[in-house]
Amino acid sequence: MMMSILFHVLLLLLMPPLLLGVINKTKAAFAGRLGAPYFQPYYDLVKLFRKGSVFSSTTTWVFRAGPVVTLAATLVAALLVPLGNHPAIISFNGDMILFAYLFGLARFFTTSAALDTGSPFEGMGAAREVTFACLVEPTLFFILITLARMSKSLSLTPMLLYPSPTVWGEAGAAMLLLVGALFIALLAENCRIPFDDPNTHLELTMIHEVMVLDHSGPAFGLILYGAALKLFVLGAVFVNLALPFKTGNLLIDWALFVVAMLFLAVLIGVVESVMARLRMVRIPQLLVAATILSAFAMLLIVR
Amino acid sequence: MVFVWNIDVDPVGSLLWAITLIGLSGLPGLLLKRPGPGQILSVGITVCAALWGMAGALRILNGVPAKTYQLDWPLPFGPCELSVDPLSALFLLPLLLAALCCSLYGLAYLPAASQPAVEKRVTLFSGLLLASMALVLVARHGVLLLMAWEIMALSSWLLLMTDQQSLQVQRAGTVYLLATHAGTTALFVLFSLLKGETGSFAFPAAHSLALGSMVTLVMLVAALIGFGAKAGIMPLHIWLPGAHANAPSHASALMSGIMLKVGIYGIIRTVSFFQQLPVWFGWLVLLLGAVSAITGIALASAQRDLKRLLACSSIENIGIICIGLGMALVGLQSGNRVLAVLGLSGAFIHIINHALFKPLLFLGSGAIIHATGTRQIDRMGGLSRILPRTAPLFLVGSLAICGLPPLNGFVGELFLYFGAFSDGMFSDGMFSDLPLIGFVAPILALVGGLAVITFVKLYGAVFLGVARDPATAHGHEAPLAMLLPMGLLAGLCLIGGFGAPLLLQLVAPAVIQYVGVSPQLFAQIADAVPLQQISLVNGLLVAGMLVVWLIWRFLVQRAPVAASSTWGCGYLAPTSRMQYTGSAFSELVTGLISGLVGAQGQLSGLSGAFPASSRFVTVTTERILDQMIIPSLRGADWCLAWLRRMQHGHLHLYILYIFATLFVLMVWSQP
Repeated sequence: MMMSILFHVLLLLLMPPLLLGVINKTKAAFAGRLGAPYFQPYYDLVKLFRKGSVFSSTTTWVFRAGPVVTLAATLVAALLVPLGNHPAIISFNGDMILFAYLFGLARFFTTSAALDTGSPFEGMGAAREVTFACLVEPTLFFILITLARMSKSLSLTPMLLYPSPTVWGEAGAAMLLLVGALFIALLAENCRIPFDDPNTHLELTMIHEVMVLDHSGPAFGLILYGAALKLFVLGAVFVNLALPFKTGNLLIDWALFVVAMLFLAVLIGVVESVMARLRMVRIPQLLVAATILSAFAMLLIVR
Repeated sequence: MVFVWNIDVDPVGSLLWAITLIGLSGLPGLLLKRPGPGQILSVGITVCAALWGMAGALRILNGVPAKTYQLDWPLPFGPCELSVDPLSALFLLPLLLAALCCSLYGLAYLPAASQPAVEKRVTLFSGLLLASMALVLVARHGVLLLMAWEIMALSSWLLLMTDQQSLQVQRAGTVYLLATHAGTTALFVLFSLLKGETGSFAFPAAHSLALGSMVTLVMLVAALIGFGAKAGIMPLHIWLPGAHANAPSHASALMSGIMLKVGIYGIIRTVSFFQQLPVWFGWLVLLLGAVSAITGIALASAQRDLKRLLACSSIENIGIICIGLGMALVGLQSGNRVLAVLGLSGAFIHIINHALFKPLLFLGSGAIIHATGTRQIDRMGGLSRILPRTAPLFLVGSLAICGLPPLNGFVGELFLYFGAFSDGMFSDGMFSDLPLIGFVAPILALVGGLAVITFVKLYGAVFLGVARDPATAHGHEAPLAMLLPMGLLAGLCLIGGFGAPLLLQLVAPAVIQYVGVSPQLFAQIADAVPLQQISLVNGLLVAGMLVVWLIWRFLVQRAPVAASSTWGCGYLAPTSRMQYTGSAFSELVTGLISGLVGAQGQLSGLSGAFPASSRFVTVTTERILDQMIIPSLRGADWCLAWLRRMQHGHLHLYILYIFATLFVLMVWSQP
């Protein structure tokens, strides 16, 4: 019992950057390059944590609090999610609402820190971040309420451990809609292509990267780690829905989960390789489409 | 009119005394010639009376039996009762807290020494406004309620007209005066019908009226229009942004934090008269709440006037309260007591929360205006340097109003989410299937997302970055008398978040009384909402922040730290004018909701090969006001133009109208 909790926490803390490495490797393979090693994001983090910091003279404590609050909120949210077949560290009725609102808290501080620099580019990124996230929010809640009704529970752990091959057999259409909507929400929330290109070099087209232009050294390391953690957490939610196979053997389930997460990273890499970033005006349309997909799923369940 | 004064025994008596004292607190100042002592005396009286009254209200919520007082008046409307039940006490508590905070704040915001004439008026009418609102809450008689209602409307109007020279204030005042009296007309209909049905103006006992469907319908709609107009429910909100933006900041805090809730109280009280309600009424309140919440926060996100933005966000919060109220009514009508308890608890908790963070934000906006002399968000920036104490307090208010953990706003919304998720969960035979209620959750989520946009914009554009206009950069921090009330409210917001179960304890008696469940059943339902866990996780969140901060500090201190200017992507001559303004920040979302609000740009004087300097002005337009309400009022104006002949300004003829009306009524009522 203690061991599995320890393993759960270690997986949660250590695995996230690997996902970024796998995504980058996949993209490199598509581009015919060798690509950076799988563990490059870890090397980057270590390097950043040892670097010096530069603070803009316009900034206040809000700028410094931004990465700290964001990472803390993401960590607490991460504790609410079950990994594989293992229940979440913290689980109670209604934790899914807290889960969604913790990301709201993180967003409030990330964007406030961006505005604190007084940079026009960071203001632009912050405006895009809050606006697009606002459109993702209803999707997330349609998904949550549909899952709550299906599983007759109000907590993330039973909700996310509920999908099984039988459930997919009975309510396949609704599950498919949910998974589709969740995948779009996952890409949008984590600022991946087609919503945002993490590797773009033009500030005018960025969303997430442009917000954090002024952070440096350890603070930037915290931001990168927090972003990886968020991808991991939302990815875990996705994998639990999309891959409902559980053996009951804890070790095999852990292995299944890790493989599935890596597969998800490859999938994101493939999407990033074969798609271009959407024009900024198209993004809200796709997000609203995702909301409608998830609303459909709810209609199918409550009818 | 005789009150038995016995503080040990009777909380209602102490409340009535407190109300009377607050109402009269402005009078000594009128009699004193020297400015200053009157204000200090009034603040002293108000603070003491508020504390005394709050003790009384808390004792009633604790279950101390409340006496009923009979007002023996010579008016021909029958005996008049005054009483305080848990429902009234629940609304009185934030009212008295606001009285305490706002009167203390006024000491520094409108000091008698510098503005003697204005101060006397504001002190007198604030006291009257507070007392009349409290009287509405304790009156158990239609006529007394209408009298208090009218004093409330007029004293708030007089407060609003403090800066009467300004054209903007005059316009807002006119709209407010018209709107509030249009609403009062509906209340006349309500109470006349009540008198017609029960034979008395006194309020009937709860759930005692079983009426024909038509009368019930008219009464409910009249209550919704009359009280709803005061609460600012869409589309009866047109007066609200202007009135709340143009009053002095501590009066705005009273109007927004408390007076809107008095409207909500009216609806709740009226609904409690009836044995049975039509099923559609709950859904109607829910729908109006959803519309108010979404359009209110959408309007707020596009505003550039600091206080107008806060006023529009009040429409949103009233919407959230109405969503909860609607849920509760739907639950009551369909026998789903789980939904009724969750919805009503959510609405009540949000009422308390909004009465904490909205006055906090309005008082904060007063400090900002005090420092900068403007309400235009786009001219500010970097104020956290010159307002180092106001800034964190304002941040607490902003986070709380977005409903973000670890603050109190999250707790109220949590109950509403539970209401939305509850359908089909508590399968022990005490619910009927209401799948539609689930759609409330995504609506609340959307509203929450828009609130984050609005308040990041507000906080970011006002306090962060650097000053956009040099004129706003030289203010100074607010004095202690202004900071203290804000600190108190912010502290209560924190307590509400970290001690979430306390909030439930406050509202429990009113919910139990109103829904008519046993305390055991209430506890059983409310226990499903994990308030203790939320408090614990909030603590964990703060601990997490501390740990991450310590790690970060350790890492930062190991390596060199340098200061530099903001990275401008290679541009070497940045100016503060290059910053994203508040309008720029919300431009993206305004584009998405252009059906509700829009920003119209006007570019002038750009022509020829060598154009001279030109000007670009954008104006925020509100589609609901500009394209629906104003055209319909124009139509009404056109239809009723002939009536204007009666308005000629001759006083003696007006008196004749009154006489003629009375005469006709007398003849009519003769058998």
